[in-house]
Amino acid sequence: MEARILGQFRAIVGKGLITETSQLHTYECDGLTNLRVLPQAVLLPTSTSEVQAIVRICQREKIPFVARGSGTGLSGGALPVDNGVVISLARMNRILEVDLPNARVVVEPGVINSDVTMRVAPHGYFYAPDPSSQSVCSIGGNVAENSGGAHCLKYGFTTTHVLALEVVLPDGAIVHLGSRAVDRPGYDLPGIFVGSEGTLGIATKVVLRIVKKPAVIQTLLAAFNSTEEAGAAVSGIIAAGVLPAAIEMMDNLAIQAAEASVHAGYPNCGGLLLVELDGPAAEVEHLMEQVGRICTQCGAWEIRVAQSEAERAVVWKGRKAAFAAMGRISPNYIVQDGVIPRTALPRILGDIERMSAAEGLRVANVFHAGDGNLHPLVLYDGRIAGQEERAMELSINILRLCVKYGGSITGEHGVGEEKKMMMGEMFAEPDLETMQLVRCAFDPERLSNPGKVFPRTRLCAERTGPYQPHPLEVAGVAQFF
Amino acid sequence: MPHPSIAAVETAWSDLRALVGEEHMRASMMEDAVDDVLPQMVIEPGTAEEVAGALKIATGAGLKVIPRGGATKMGWGNSPRGGELILSTRRLNRVVEHAWGDMTATVEAGCTFQHLQETLAAHGQRLALDPLWPEHATIGGILATNDSGPLRVRFGSLRDLIIGITLALPDGTLAKSGGKVVKNVAGYDLPKLATGSLGTLGIITQAIFRLHPVPRESRTLSFATSDDATSHGEGMNALVLAIQDCNMVPTGVQVRAGSGSAPEVDLRFEGTAAGCEAQTEQTMRLESGARRIESPADVWNAHAELFRGSEDCVVCKFSVLPADLGVFLESIRTVTEPLHLPWKLVAQAVGAGYLRFERCDSSAVISVLHDLRKKLETRGGSLVILRCPHEIKSTMDVWGSAGDALALMRSIKAQFDPTGVLNPGRFVGGI
Repeated sequence: MEARILGQFRAIVGKGLITETSQLHTYECDGLTNLRVLPQAVLLPTSTSEVQAIVRICQREKIPFVARGSGTGLSGGALPVDNGVVISLARMNRILEVDLPNARVVVEPGVINSDVTMRVAPHGYFYAPDPSSQSVCSIGGNVAENSGGAHCLKYGFTTTHVLALEVVLPDGAIVHLGSRAVDRPGYDLPGIFVGSEGTLGIATKVVLRIVKKPAVIQTLLAAFNSTEEAGAAVSGIIAAGVLPAAIEMMDNLAIQAAEASVHAGYPNCGGLLLVELDGPAAEVEHLMEQVGRICTQCGAWEIRVAQSEAERAVVWKGRKAAFAAMGRISPNYIVQDGVIPRTALPRILGDIERMSAAEGLRVANVFHAGDGNLHPLVLYDGRIAGQEERAMELSINILRLCVKYGGSITGEHGVGEEKKMMMGEMFAEPDLETMQLVRCAFDPERLSNPGKVFPRTRLCAERTGPYQPHPLEVAGVAQFF
Repeated sequence: MPHPSIAAVETAWSDLRALVGEEHMRASMMEDAVDDVLPQMVIEPGTAEEVAGALKIATGAGLKVIPRGGATKMGWGNSPRGGELILSTRRLNRVVEHAWGDMTATVEAGCTFQHLQETLAAHGQRLALDPLWPEHATIGGILATNDSGPLRVRFGSLRDLIIGITLALPDGTLAKSGGKVVKNVAGYDLPKLATGSLGTLGIITQAIFRLHPVPRESRTLSFATSDDATSHGEGMNALVLAIQDCNMVPTGVQVRAGSGSAPEVDLRFEGTAAGCEAQTEQTMRLESGARRIESPADVWNAHAELFRGSEDCVVCKFSVLPADLGVFLESIRTVTEPLHLPWKLVAQAVGAGYLRFERCDSSAVISVLHDLRKKLETRGGSLVILRCPHEIKSTMDVWGSAGDALALMRSIKAQFDPTGVLNPGRFVGGI
């Protein structure tokens, strides 16, 4: 990168400019470590105006930029682009305002997810989206990916909890999307920005909704002989009209890994179910009895109910550590993130088992079973020639299966770089072209995280038709800015 | 944009007739007028492909199109800048699929809300939304206007319930976004973009929703607060905040107020009998100075009552920070009292509600509307006029400010509808 431009960047962020190759390596990938690109420079702004100044230079010089939070994403969304810079929001990490009467919290994008809950917990509130990486991932990254977590079955995703954003657009303009109050007139811009994977601009402030902690939380752990039996219990629970806060399932391989790693005390079984109910005490007790009965009817041979905070923490520890725990039972693994209609669960599990046997590769399964979100973990040994490629292919074939069953190629990890070529299998060309109209409106020059999400880039036509004044404007009675 | 030539229009009419069939296109009548715009034709396509095809023909001929579902809210939005063709989704009225095991439903845009709910109820499920006029309002229209009711306190609004959409664009593209699964982050979230866009980006032909179980029990409680007709809503505010601050899970928290009457609060619990009972008891233990009263009949439909009767009334939707509701009541009293302007309000605890003014003198109402809108917008809220006499609509923008993101909204409109075919001028900022 030209010294002239680096000088301008330095004038904005001072020591927050990284150009040393050895230091740049830290930023060459995100949580998807098999894809790596060395950025030209990394900038660590500390304010909205610094972000704006950086983006203006990028716009003027046509330098592509990639915003980055904590770098825990699993689809390569924060992978740098050739000849581009990385803008890390890690230093913009202040909780700016806590408004309890309105249940709103205003944060900078670098704030860590669980720090929001930590801050409001003494007042009986929590921030609901809880990705497994919540102790390290940032709100800005959550906004980009529309992160979910185990409890989004009941509480919704990041997009449910973001009311408003301050955004630096790719042309350097600062705009405010949404509002602290609901239903702002106009298009639902927070709705389109959240989950856009950094392709529409950089969020510099986020207004979050927090939720009152439920009166009672109980977590049931049920051991089954097979994932089929556990899956039948999930269907039974949903069919009974119960909406748990979370339903998680793990197969035997995943249980073994979790046990080896964090000793959660899980029973050694073919299919393990965690069902969490929360709400008013009378309601939870009544429904938990019912859930227990359904599990028993479906073949559960051990049922435990964790009541205290400490007991619940242990039960969840194994589940949340499941991905990382794979390292205990396999030298390498690929995490996938597919979604199927819940009722297709038994069929897809059978299919995965057959595919796994045919490839001779083990697949561990961890699911958010309540909403049909699968996380198959394809285990392999990178030292054996060809195994990584076969593992990759197997994981892609599992996603194809999800699409075939009417599901999605990603439930919460995003498309990013990794799965953009799969978009064409889920959507037709006109669908993808239409989505990219939004991109053209926000970022016609495609400087913000270019090349991600879509398999091909739509050329943005200059589509601003002649502006026609409204009769009210002509009459001079209303001003439309 | 030049006016379409007569020859081009004649060709378009015959192409449209050929597309949907003679019997599904007719000349318009007086009741098809939207404010002061009387379109020439009404077309009723029978498939999504026909909707897209009709839009392509209209766009090619330079005709403006006004989409219509159940026609219950045609007066919402600014007056259109023009419109030659009404495109009715009336014949797209099927519930395509109720995947009850997956708790999702795929439904065509012209299906009435009531028909959808009746279909879903067969398997003990519902779309957890309570929009206005469910027997006539269609899914497409409810989405386009982002309508909601008391249930949103617990289940959110349409943006939290819609998971997939099919849109017909002015160039004839038929595009899908989202899907049939509740959890899905593949691609941009067009279902949310279309929700509340008042038909200005495309015509919704089909939508997919996540569903909830029909509750086993439901219990409604109503309270008179410690406020009287002249106080400033502190009692009401205290009660609403106390309810929200105590780990209960109501599916309705509603405030009713008006000139000459003290605010009342309605509360609803749904779920198991034991849960409803326990929460009722918990509510009765709250120390808020409120007194339990008999709930008026059909109290959860109180917001629809505000639209009843006189065409001369003004009905607005407002949005306010939840804790500001009391202050807002006070503002209404302050600005209306000197003018002796009667008003009524029904608000949900999330901070959204409807406000009605009986009209006395339109210049007085206009000054009140401006005044309240300014107060609300300063604190992040909004005031949108939904129904008013012509002389008010011709002098006031019904939406209010869209803030500094308006230019971005215009760019989005320009991408989806570059020649301004759909509902021209009816949306924010003259979009």
